[in-house]
Amino acid sequence: MSQKLLLKNDHIPGINTLEVYRKHGGYESLKKALGMAPDAIVEEVKKSGLRGRGGAGFPTGMKWSFLAKPEGVPRYLVCNADESEPGTFKDRYLMEHIPHLLVEGMIVSSFALGANTSYIYIRGEYFYVLRILEKAIEEAYAAGLLGKNILGSGYDLDLYVQIGAGAYICGEETALLESLEGKRGNPRLKPPFPAVKGLWDCPTVVNNVETIAAVVPIIEMGGDAYAGIGIGKSTGTKLISASGHINKPGVYEIELGVPVEEFIYSDEYCGGIRNGKDLKAVVAGGSSVPILPKHLILKTAAGEPRLMSYESLGDGGFATGTMLGSGGFIVMDEDTSIVRNLYTFSRFYHHESCGQCSPCREGTGWMERIIKKILDGKGTLADIDLLWDVQSKIEGKTICPLGEAAAWPVAAALRHFRHEFEEYVKNPQSIKDVRHYYRLNRLEMA
Amino acid sequence: MPIVTIDDFQIEVPEGTTILNAARMIGGDLVPPAMCYYSSLKGSGGYCRTCLVKVEQGSAKDPRPMPKLVPSCRTTVMDGMVVRNETSPEVVEARAGVTEFLLVNHPLDCPVCDQAGECHLQDLGYEHGKLNTRSEFRRRTFEPIDIGDKVKLHMNRCILCYRCVKVCEQITDGRVHGVIGRGDHAEISTYIEQAIENDFSGNVIDVCPVGALTDRTFRFKSRVWYTKPVEAHRNCDKCCGKVRLWYKGEEILRVTARKDAYGEVAKLENGEAGWICNECRFEKKKTSDWVIEGPAHIDDHSVISAHHYESPEGERFGDEKLEQAALPHGEKVERGVGALNPNNV
Repeated sequence: MSQKLLLKNDHIPGINTLEVYRKHGGYESLKKALGMAPDAIVEEVKKSGLRGRGGAGFPTGMKWSFLAKPEGVPRYLVCNADESEPGTFKDRYLMEHIPHLLVEGMIVSSFALGANTSYIYIRGEYFYVLRILEKAIEEAYAAGLLGKNILGSGYDLDLYVQIGAGAYICGEETALLESLEGKRGNPRLKPPFPAVKGLWDCPTVVNNVETIAAVVPIIEMGGDAYAGIGIGKSTGTKLISASGHINKPGVYEIELGVPVEEFIYSDEYCGGIRNGKDLKAVVAGGSSVPILPKHLILKTAAGEPRLMSYESLGDGGFATGTMLGSGGFIVMDEDTSIVRNLYTFSRFYHHESCGQCSPCREGTGWMERIIKKILDGKGTLADIDLLWDVQSKIEGKTICPLGEAAAWPVAAALRHFRHEFEEYVKNPQSIKDVRHYYRLNRLEMA
Repeated sequence: MPIVTIDDFQIEVPEGTTILNAARMIGGDLVPPAMCYYSSLKGSGGYCRTCLVKVEQGSAKDPRPMPKLVPSCRTTVMDGMVVRNETSPEVVEARAGVTEFLLVNHPLDCPVCDQAGECHLQDLGYEHGKLNTRSEFRRRTFEPIDIGDKVKLHMNRCILCYRCVKVCEQITDGRVHGVIGRGDHAEISTYIEQAIENDFSGNVIDVCPVGALTDRTFRFKSRVWYTKPVEAHRNCDKCCGKVRLWYKGEEILRVTARKDAYGEVAKLENGEAGWICNECRFEKKKTSDWVIEGPAHIDDHSVISAHHYESPEGERFGDEKLEQAALPHGEKVERGVGALNPNNV
C-alpha cells in the first residue's frame, strides 16, 4: 500500500465540513506556516521538488521564486480549477470531497507569496463543486481562517471563487487571467509572463488545484521528507484519473515511480483490463499527450519497465515516449478503434479552439474533417499524408499550447497506428464491421 | 542600441523595436508579411502567424536559438540577435502552411470582391502560398450583414485579424463590435447587428486586410484597378483631412485614408496615423470639396499601378492599352490577384 498524502482522509464521512476536517489534523499546516517566514515556505516547496500537477510539470518552487515583487503593487495567487482535459477528473474529486484541503493550501501559498487576494477559477461545468467550495470558504471565514488578521498573525487574505463559462481554453493560464478579468478568454502572447504581468497587470502565480493542495502536506512533513517520496526528480504523490476499459476506473493517489504495468493490472489500482481482454494502447496524461501502444507503454524502447513518473513516461521523446501530463490515464483494450478515438479527440479540439491564431483555428477543423472522411470510408492514402502534414503545420506555430495539444494526438496515432488508418482506407468494409461490432456490444450491455 | 542581423543584413535599431519593424527599416524582400499587425494600433499582432521567423541566436549574451518560430511583430530585438526569414526553409514552409490555413475557409470570391487588387490575402497567397488547394471540404459560411448604412461585413472573407476590433477599441469611443463565438466559427459582429455609429467607424474598412469590411457607397461600382488614385486634402475639424480620392472619369467613387508601403494608414508629420472621419470618407464625393495634390504613388507590385501609370517595361499606358491589357491571354498578368486569373474579372 503506497503512502497517501492528499486522499488519506477522503473516506471519512463529513470530511467536507470544517469541523471534521480540523478533527483530522486540518489547518495544522496553516498554523505552522503562519509561524514561518514566507521565504522559508517557498524554500520548503523548492526543497520538496514539487512539480506543477496541471500538465507541464514545471517546478513549483521555481515558479514561485520567479514572482516579481515590486513595491506597492499587489500580487495575486490564482488557482486553476478549470480542469477540462478529456480523461482528467482528479481536481473535481479533490474539491468535491476535501474542499478544505484546497482552501488551506490557498491560504498557505498566498501567505508564502505575499498575496492578499486570491482566486479559485473553476470551470463552468463544475457548478455543484462551486457550491461546495463556497460553503467551505464561508466556514473558513467564520472560523477566522480567512479575512482580516488570520489566526492572530496579522496576515489578511480574501479568497474568491470565480466560475468560468465552460471553455477548455480558459485552462490555459493567460486565457484564464483574461477570463478572470471579465474579457473574452483568449490566451495572451508571452512574454510578458504572468509572474511579471498577470492579473490586472500585476505579478501573478497560477497553479493547479492539486499543486496547491500538495503544499499542505509539504509544510506538514517538511520539504525534505516530501522529496523522499517518489523517484528521481518526480517527487511526492500524484493523483491519477484512471478511465477506459479497466475494471476499476477512478481517482488513485500513487507515489510517483509505480510501474505502469502494476498500475494497470494490480488490484490496488485499475485492476486489469475489463472482460479479460488484452491491452492495446494507453493515453497516459490526458487527451493531448501522445498515445502509446502496449509494447511501448509497458516497457521503454530500451526495454526498461516504464514507471509512472515524469522522466520515465517521457523517455524516448515523442518517438517512443509520452508525457505524464495532468494524469488522465485512458486505457484502451484490443477492440478499440484508434481512428474513432482520434476523431473524438480531434472533434473536441476543433470545438474548443479559441479562434485567435490561424493555424489552430483552421487546422483543428481541417484535421477533424479529414479523420471524419477516413471514418466515412471515403479516405485515400493521400489523406493520411495530408493529415500528418497539417498537424506538423500547427505544432509550434500557435500562441498557446492548444495547437500542440490538438496536433500531438494526431501525430502519435499516425506514428504508432498508421496501419489502422491504411486499413480503413484500403478496406472501407472494415469500418462497417467495427460499427456493427459496437452496435452488437451496446445491445448486449443493454 | 541593439544591432540585429536579419537574413545576413545588419541594422542598428532603437531599444524595444520589434523584429518586424527592424526588417521594415531594412526593407525589401526580407520583410515578413503581416496580416494582423498594424503599427498604429496598440496590442495588434501575434494572431495571424504569417510573420513567423526563426531566431538563430537569441542575443550576444545568450546565443542559444529560440526553440520555436517566433512572431516577428511581437518579438523585440536583442543586441546580437540573428534572425532568418526568407533564407530559412523552415520559415518558408511554415508560412506556406499558415497561408493555406487562412485560405481553408476563405471563399476565394475575388471576382466579386471589392477588395480584389488591394487585398493583402491575395498578395500573401501569391507570394507565399502553394499552387493548389488541398482542402476539399465545405467552407464555413455566414450571411453578409450591414453594420450601419455605410459598412458591409462579409464574414466569409474574414481572417480574424482583430484589427477592426482594435480600431473600435482605440480610435472610436463606445465599442459595440467584437468577436463572438470561437474556433473556426468565431465571427466579427456587433451585438445583435447593432450599427456602429461613430465619426471614425469607417476606418475599419481601411484596416481590413481582406474584403470582409467594405464601403457600401463603393460596393460594385468599379474594380479598383480601373480607378485612379489621387492625393487630396480639405480642412476638416474632425480629422486630418488628408485623403486619397479614387476617380473613375470625373467621378469620385470612393475616399480612403492614405496608405503606406505596407498597406497601413500612412503616418502624418507628427507621427500619428492619418485616420479620417466618416464625413470625409462618405459625404465628400465632389471634386470641389477637395484640394487636389496630385497622383498618388502606388507601389510597382500593385495591380492598381499596372493600368494607369507605367508598365514594367517603362511604357506608358493609354486608355486603349488599358483595354488591351484586360483581354484574356494578355501578356500583362500582374502580381497581386491571387488564386484567380485577373483576366477573368
